[in-house]
Amino acid sequence: MSALATYNFAYLDEQTKRMIRRAILKAIAIPGYQVPFASREMPMPYGWGTGGVQLTAAILGPDDVLKVIDQGADDTTNAVSIRAFFQKVAAVAVTTRTAEATIIQTRHRIPEAELTANQVLVYQVPIPEPLRFLEPRETETRQMHALSEYGLMHVKLYEDIARNGHIATTYAYPVMVEGRYVMDPSPIPKFDNPKMHRSQALQLFGAGREKRIYAIPPHTQVVSLDFEDHPFTIQHFDRPCALCGAEGVYLDEVVLDDRGSRMFVCSDTDHCETRRAEGHVGPEGMPSGYGAKEAAE
Amino acid sequence: MQTDAQIFSGAFTSPVLSSQSVFRALMDGMARPGRVFSLVHDASAPAPACPSHAALALTLADADTSVWLSPALAGSAFARWLSFQTGASIVSDRMVAMFAFVSRKDALSDWNGFSLGSDTYPDRSATLVVEVEALSGGIPLIAEGPGIDGAVSLSPIGLPADFLRERALNRSLYPRGIDLVLVCGSDCLCLPRTTRLMLEEV
Repeated sequence: MSALATYNFAYLDEQTKRMIRRAILKAIAIPGYQVPFASREMPMPYGWGTGGVQLTAAILGPDDVLKVIDQGADDTTNAVSIRAFFQKVAAVAVTTRTAEATIIQTRHRIPEAELTANQVLVYQVPIPEPLRFLEPRETETRQMHALSEYGLMHVKLYEDIARNGHIATTYAYPVMVEGRYVMDPSPIPKFDNPKMHRSQALQLFGAGREKRIYAIPPHTQVVSLDFEDHPFTIQHFDRPCALCGAEGVYLDEVVLDDRGSRMFVCSDTDHCETRRAEGHVGPEGMPSGYGAKEAAE
Repeated sequence: MQTDAQIFSGAFTSPVLSSQSVFRALMDGMARPGRVFSLVHDASAPAPACPSHAALALTLADADTSVWLSPALAGSAFARWLSFQTGASIVSDRMVAMFAFVSRKDALSDWNGFSLGSDTYPDRSATLVVEVEALSGGIPLIAEGPGIDGAVSLSPIGLPADFLRERALNRSLYPRGIDLVLVCGSDCLCLPRTTRLMLEEV
């Protein structure tokens, strides 16, 4: 037996999994409502996705294929370490391809490719309470949710308009779920908000430090808050991805040197790689397979 | 002795993996209400409990949960099986039960008295696991709501006479309310509080 035999499948003990699973069921039954749960200490610090990791551990099975992304990328520290964690404690298959994954754990992005009914999207959430920066007391925010009293949030958005001429919130943009609960979609760019609306995939949100789980079932109405005269809009980019030429996707700015050169590339690395493999080339990209000949020699 | 043997056996052969697969099926079912799905497991509990009662009890109940049993189940070896296998406390007061298991032998005329949760904590409400005669072949109903693409048709047999009225009342209390899992054999169908039910117009 290996030393790892001392761990249960997927790290968490069974009683913890049952507690999380019961919370997930109630979260699905009350879309957008934050269910308190007894978040455990995980072998990584708060802020590294302990809420998402606990959700994934509670739903993960040996037949699942796991994808983990951090800001859309599969190859950043947070994504790599969480993927390695589940390979170690659950021996689960992993992938970077969105289409092949059955569970996608994400930090701050929703994949560009449309999700399907047999996928579950697990969000890592830092601050689950959308009203927290407006009202620090949990007793009060809980009451505000109970009474569906969201005037304060609209005042905040209005003040944005009064100061800046437009709603200046660009990430963690609040949404109304099924006409009842105002929900923080986690710090995804508002570009991704429309993807939550009537998504075919189940979406689960886990906040480890704040000890909350919430969910959006498939085909659920998710509306970004706005005003009639200041409707919700997503970010638009005036150029395509420099590597794959994709338009209508979320782009990351990459600084190239200390003289102000920069390029804009797909934040979703799998989307970019898939497009380049299909032969799409952006203005600063190289054709697929470029360099392979030199490498072989 | 015969009874004791019944009580000590019947758990999942592979508790970790079976409870995961049963939960995953239930989670998908709760996320897609009105759809019939099967639980794949090898659990069996003493009669009159059905295989879904056994599997869902082993997956969801433990020493942290309180369970209410309908009279036919409460008076059977299933009550002792549940205590032994899960450590859950069996309660007679509906209001404190997190889960309720109902046998089809008990035509439960009212589902009143179970916890609906509060406006501040609507998650503190009961989940009812109700056995019915069949999950299809009955009067066609239409379900709408979160998790359903447009509308879905379902036709369970063996529902109480005023089922639609009860569920409409339950829906009107939203976000408070009771969540339902209808079971028959190893098949299940979820009706969370968000689902709106109506008669299919012929």
